Amino acid sequence: MAYSVDFNLRPIMELELESLRGDDTAQDSMTGTGLESGSRETLEMEVLTTESRDRLASQMSDVRERADERSEESIQTNLLVRKRWSTTTLRVLSSMPSRSIGQQSRLEIISQCNIRSTQLRRYHRQTQDVSLSSRPSIRGYGIEADSEDVCEEETKRQELVNNLQSLSAGDRVRMLRATPLSLAEKTKLRKLVFSDKVGQSLLSSQVPCCSLLKRALYHIWFGCLFILSSLQLWQVALKRLGGRFGTGVLSYFLFIRTLLLFNVFLFLINGLFLVLPQAIHPPLHTPSSHRVTGLELFTGTGYLSNSLMFYGYYTNSTINTSCRPDEITAGTGCGTTSDPHMMAYNIPLAYCFTIGITFFITGIVLVYSMSKSFGRSFRVFKSQGNMAIKVFCSWDFKVSKKMSVRMQSENITTQLKELLSEVKGGEEEKGRLSGMAVHLLAWSISLGSTFFCALGIHCFAKYMHLNSTLRRHEDAEGEVSVVHEARLLALPGVVSCGNLLLPGLFNLVSWMENFNSPIVRLYVSIFRNLLLKVSILGVLCYHWLGKIAAEPEQHGLQCWESFVGQELYRFLLVDFIFTVLYTVFGEFLWKRFSQGVLRRRRKPVFDIARNVLELIYGQTLTWLGLLFTPLLPAVQILKLLLLFHMKKSSLLVNCQASRKLWRASQMSTLFISLLCFPSFLGPSCL
Amino acid sequence: MGNKQTIFTDEQLDAYQDCTFFTRKEILRLHGRYHELAPHLVPMDYTNEPDVTIPLALIVSMPELNENPFRNRIVESFSEDGAGNLSFNDFVDMFSVLSETAPRELKAIYAFKIYDFNVDNFLCKEDLEKTLNKLTREELSPEEVTLVCEKAIEEADLDGDSKLSFADFENMITRAPDFLSTFHIRI
Repeated sequence: MAYSVDFNLRPIMELELESLRGDDTAQDSMTGTGLESGSRETLEMEVLTTESRDRLASQMSDVRERADERSEESIQTNLLVRKRWSTTTLRVLSSMPSRSIGQQSRLEIISQCNIRSTQLRRYHRQTQDVSLSSRPSIRGYGIEADSEDVCEEETKRQELVNNLQSLSAGDRVRMLRATPLSLAEKTKLRKLVFSDKVGQSLLSSQVPCCSLLKRALYHIWFGCLFILSSLQLWQVALKRLGGRFGTGVLSYFLFIRTLLLFNVFLFLINGLFLVLPQAIHPPLHTPSSHRVTGLELFTGTGYLSNSLMFYGYYTNSTINTSCRPDEITAGTGCGTTSDPHMMAYNIPLAYCFTIGITFFITGIVLVYSMSKSFGRSFRVFKSQGNMAIKVFCSWDFKVSKKMSVRMQSENITTQLKELLSEVKGGEEEKGRLSGMAVHLLAWSISLGSTFFCALGIHCFAKYMHLNSTLRRHEDAEGEVSVVHEARLLALPGVVSCGNLLLPGLFNLVSWMENFNSPIVRLYVSIFRNLLLKVSILGVLCYHWLGKIAAEPEQHGLQCWESFVGQELYRFLLVDFIFTVLYTVFGEFLWKRFSQGVLRRRRKPVFDIARNVLELIYGQTLTWLGLLFTPLLPAVQILKLLLLFHMKKSSLLVNCQASRKLWRASQMSTLFISLLCFPSFLGPSCL
Repeated sequence: MGNKQTIFTDEQLDAYQDCTFFTRKEILRLHGRYHELAPHLVPMDYTNEPDVTIPLALIVSMPELNENPFRNRIVESFSEDGAGNLSFNDFVDMFSVLSETAPRELKAIYAFKIYDFNVDNFLCKEDLEKTLNKLTREELSPEEVTLVCEKAIEEADLDGDSKLSFADFENMITRAPDFLSTFHIRI
């Protein structure tokens, strides 16, 4: 839009008008002109392209010379206008009072001329209402012009009209549309200016097919965008949560959505290239007689162990798209390829490639989104002038339904409170030396508990595997009892218990530390939880890959990969079960307890650190298990879906927004980078 | 286009098309909307430009404006008498400025008018307070409101008179990337 760019005279005029209204002498000198707020805006109409602007300016300055009063200023004005000052120079000049005072009356007159002449011609009923009405022009102007003025105005107007005529048609229309005059005024102006083209719209003669096409495409594009944006998952729920609980909690739910998308992607790719071919051509091997008890779903053993779920099922050879696939089970040598005429689908190769490629793509996406959110958070961090923008530019005028309006209100209120807390928080920095000892104590407690937990898990895992080895030797005929199956769940159970209790301990410790700013507290909490999870996972990996993979026969396993896959599956499920139990009993009961027994008036606050690290832990398990259990993403998807709804309901019922709201602009960045570095790089290195 | 309509002359429609951001069809549709607000007041024949205005109360009953906290100010800003009575020209003008394709400068002018509650061409502290209360449905405490207003004025005020002139406002608007999309009513 070229027209809107360089109107150099505008800043001068605006400033003058503001000082003008207080300047009575200037008013009187203008033959009883009613000074309107709108008059300033009439000057906006002189938004012209550079050449026409200069022409107009020179004409205006000619007019100025004719005036009797303040001829000296007129010379100055001419100087000011004729030279081609840059916008910034003019702005600076306009702010200097000495420069701007003299020009007011001159330019004011001209603008007034242009407007008053029209109403002199048409309007007989003239309201003397010189009050500061909203609309520029028409009825607000006092009309005490004598004939001399009228003539002058007429000529000025004619000049203006001529100027407009000298522009190209497109520019004319754009200028007309952009002026803040009332529509009636514009119509009259248009009639005068385009009198040679009466009866024909300027546009209709110039509307070629391509602009119609452009318009149509524009509408289609916006329609598509609208549909796409409405398809975004959980949009409404997220808006509600964000509005009520703040951006910190919102970032947790956004993270769930991100993880869900990752898992869907994994599942689709794996499903398409790996699971589907194998499912169509199942390997033929003797099905062992397993008793179907309900426990299978949890332990992943039994009939599930010889299903699509686990590594052991997948044939170690090429599938041919003819009717007779080779059926050599894993562990033995490669199968033979067959008739070259048929399409061969090499399962092991497909397995490696698919999983490798998914990892690769996931890695790229993670790094990309991390860099993007880093960039975004820096920009947000830098711009400090957000408060005024939030007040004036955040209300979306398109929203018309009552519920949406209320949600928007809530959202804006929360954001304003967060901005306020940031402003206030920046001002309340106090040094605390006495807290050093408390911090040291807190850190030693948390690190110590993490270490002991890891040690405990290590010992327990060793004991469990030892025990299972012994038991396997005992009932060698293959009869497995339900109790034995259930024992498999013991290790996951213990780990999940640790995962549950230790974050509670960390919370207690950080309550003792009594941090000033909620952000610091959150970061510390996240870090501690992260250490806990990393150490637990490290111990487990050591067990699985170090011990079991190295000597599978010692543990009596036919296929160690399947076993590890089953372990991971069990871990994931038990973790989910414990989360459900914690949400239902922990949060709900704690709320009852705190309100009933402790008599606190506020509901408990949602613990972001713990929940986010739970998610990351689950996702790490999924990635670890991907190699051994191609269908694990499906389990994770189900888990995430259920988790979202469960956490949402629990939040709405049990929790409340924290008293100190803070802006979580860097939260998503943090979560994604946590996801990337420990959680993703770990499994991908294996 | 092809249809013979008798509401406006062709010349009028051309003028509307050149002076607003609407096409002929949209102008006719707007006339329909205007008419249904007050069917016995608004004539179907606008060829001789009748001088008919619709009062504020009827205009803000439109679904597009009904729930908007600034609806009164919007209508007042576009009315000629300042009291909210809109003629058809004002009506079209209002939706033209608030349409998608209106330029930023034009929207900024009218946004400034809308937020200027006491119509003194400055956004002073009282104007901001009223704006905030309307935005947040009075959910903020008075101290918070005061703090927000002070901070906002501090950020945007360039000439140091502790109120925002149009220049300050426009300068702030240029730094807001989504002003154009939020200051938009679809009709």
